[in-house]
Amino acid sequence: MNRYTVAVLVNNKFGVLNRVTSMFRRRQFNISALTVSETETSELSRITVVFDGEEDAKQQLINQLYKLPDVCSIKEFGDDNSISCELLLVKMKNEAETQEDIRRAAEAFGAIIVDYSRDYTMFRLADTTRRIDDFINLMRDFTILEICRTGSISLGKGSSTIRQVVNL
Amino acid sequence: MILSGADILVKTLIEQGCETVFGYPGGSILNVYDSLYAYQNEINHILTAHEQGAAHAADGYARTTGKVGVVISTSGPGATNLVTGIANAYLDSIPMVAICGNVSTTQIGTDSFQEIDITGITLPITKHNYFVGDVKDLADTVREAFRLAKSGRPGPVLIDVPKDVQMAKCEYEPLAPVEKDNVFAAKDVRIEEAEKLINASKRPYIYFGGGLITANAQEEMLALAEKIDAPIGCSLMGLSAIPTDHMRFLGMQGMHGHFASSMAMHKADLIISLGVRFNDRVTGNRQKFATGAKIIHIDVDGSELCKTVNATCGLRGDIKLTLKKLLPLINEDKKPEWMEKVNAFIQEEETYLDNREGLTPRKAILTLNKYLGENTAVCTDVGQHQMWSAQNLNFKTARRFVSSGGLGTMGFGFGAAIGAAFGTKERSVLVTGDGSFGMNLNELATAVRYNIPIVILLMNNGVLGMVRQWQTLFYNKHYSNTVLERKTDFTALAKAFGANGEAVTTPEELDAALKRAFKTEGPYVIDCKIDKDEFVLPMLPPGGSMDDIITKLEVEQ
Repeated sequence: MNRYTVAVLVNNKFGVLNRVTSMFRRRQFNISALTVSETETSELSRITVVFDGEEDAKQQLINQLYKLPDVCSIKEFGDDNSISCELLLVKMKNEAETQEDIRRAAEAFGAIIVDYSRDYTMFRLADTTRRIDDFINLMRDFTILEICRTGSISLGKGSSTIRQVVNL
Repeated sequence: MILSGADILVKTLIEQGCETVFGYPGGSILNVYDSLYAYQNEINHILTAHEQGAAHAADGYARTTGKVGVVISTSGPGATNLVTGIANAYLDSIPMVAICGNVSTTQIGTDSFQEIDITGITLPITKHNYFVGDVKDLADTVREAFRLAKSGRPGPVLIDVPKDVQMAKCEYEPLAPVEKDNVFAAKDVRIEEAEKLINASKRPYIYFGGGLITANAQEEMLALAEKIDAPIGCSLMGLSAIPTDHMRFLGMQGMHGHFASSMAMHKADLIISLGVRFNDRVTGNRQKFATGAKIIHIDVDGSELCKTVNATCGLRGDIKLTLKKLLPLINEDKKPEWMEKVNAFIQEEETYLDNREGLTPRKAILTLNKYLGENTAVCTDVGQHQMWSAQNLNFKTARRFVSSGGLGTMGFGFGAAIGAAFGTKERSVLVTGDGSFGMNLNELATAVRYNIPIVILLMNNGVLGMVRQWQTLFYNKHYSNTVLERKTDFTALAKAFGANGEAVTTPEELDAALKRAFKTEGPYVIDCKIDKDEFVLPMLPPGGSMDDIITKLEVEQ
């Protein structure tokens, strides 16, 4: 099993996300993360898919995506040619004996405090999926109230863009 | 000119070259039917007994003409009744446009009467679908749907049109029929790879499917076969592409294919595959499938190239253009040793042929062959009769075998035969079984109403023969729910619908009945009694390989 990150540029139209995810479901692709957002052009949305599987399955996923009329272009990202990032929000319970440890860990990871009350502290961390996993694992030593993370987004290094990928 | 959405829809269909459409009216599509009434001199609408029949008719029309088949239904149950027909066209890559009415946009999402999310339902069984929310988008959506349906690997496209969009008015400007997207040959580097494999091959086998018919690449394929001295076989969907009696043609291969064809594929060192998708009915156990062979796979749909069987060399592109580029690179080469082997397979196959006396399934199909014209389309339902037809029918012209390959839809045949008769403008033939016929026999009413000449050869064995065959072989003869025990008198049934028919029990009676049937103006039902223990042979057991092939079977009574 390998982990693949694939970005898909699609028409920004009603129901397109459903078309893409419906294809994943019926062909039983195992998606570990998925993000969607508008792009620099309002007509286009960008879907970033993180996918665990074999090379064949990944190729099949890309081939099937190309068959959807709303898909404009597809780009696969590896660690060496792209920057990936994910966002985490985590609510930690305030407990006198652990508060200092939590703050120190957050500082080490670069997580910042975005909300605070007597009972809890909310941290925000934007980093790679791996670093976020590590941070959450560390937080498990304390009392986690709630976690929300976005799934990974990626951009290729260099000045070329996904819109310049030739669809073949 | 300013027209209503309904008028625009019908005008755009006419503009796109539709002569005949199939369908069934209802509340949410009334406006479109009003326009069909207004333009009845320009477009012919065939009313079926059930929307499923209409969808299959559009499918049969598309298969026999190569044009886009069009089916129209109302919302809700009308739309859901199309689903099997759309799925059938999807699995066999048939160009179709399905148009459904829907409730008004103001009512969408409120579960109002006969409202259904048909674009949601058909998402996985269409190439694409549209919900038209604005009458200004309607004409271009229809054009886009036609372009998608026929371009590349064809398939069904659905358009959902709410009632208020049918009623709204806007400007309509007629345009020329849309063209298919341009096709292209595979990349040169792939063609060079294929060339090396072909020139090095000692035992090549050409294997084609429905994609060859879509690409219209028969001539190029035959030229290749001639050049490299290769035998040719096909999948069910490929049948009729080249004449059955062509010297190099070994017939359909696969689970119930011709022995020689499957054997040649099994023993080949190179399988040149054209417009196929290596379905499990074709390969059996994929681990044991043609283990000694390299595979060249040419298909317009790149996702097929490594989907089920890993091709040694996958070429994404139009088959005709790719073969045209490939042919000059191929060395002419006779392969007497390989041909000798293939001939030995053919001779072995002859020893397995069923030459029993009496009204055997093979005898029935061979008798039918005598009456088929160059242009006669033969449609089938699904089951044993379908395989007997595929094995024994004698095809002369491409697009004249119409059968549900991928979805395996019992009940497909009658609608398809209606569509085929309109497509070929000739008498069509339906070979069916009593199980399949029972599913959509209501279309007899349609065939009678429009006086459509259809010869219906009903292979009546009183059982669901194909399922029963599996029960015999793999389920300890537990004939669970496959013995029909019905009392249907098909001759009387035909008469009740206003058609004609007769029952036959001997080859002579069948011959005489066919003679009458092929002279009858409307539909004619021949209730052809065959034994319930007839088997489709040879048979590759599911998950087996050519080493496990069953060629003979004695069943104790």
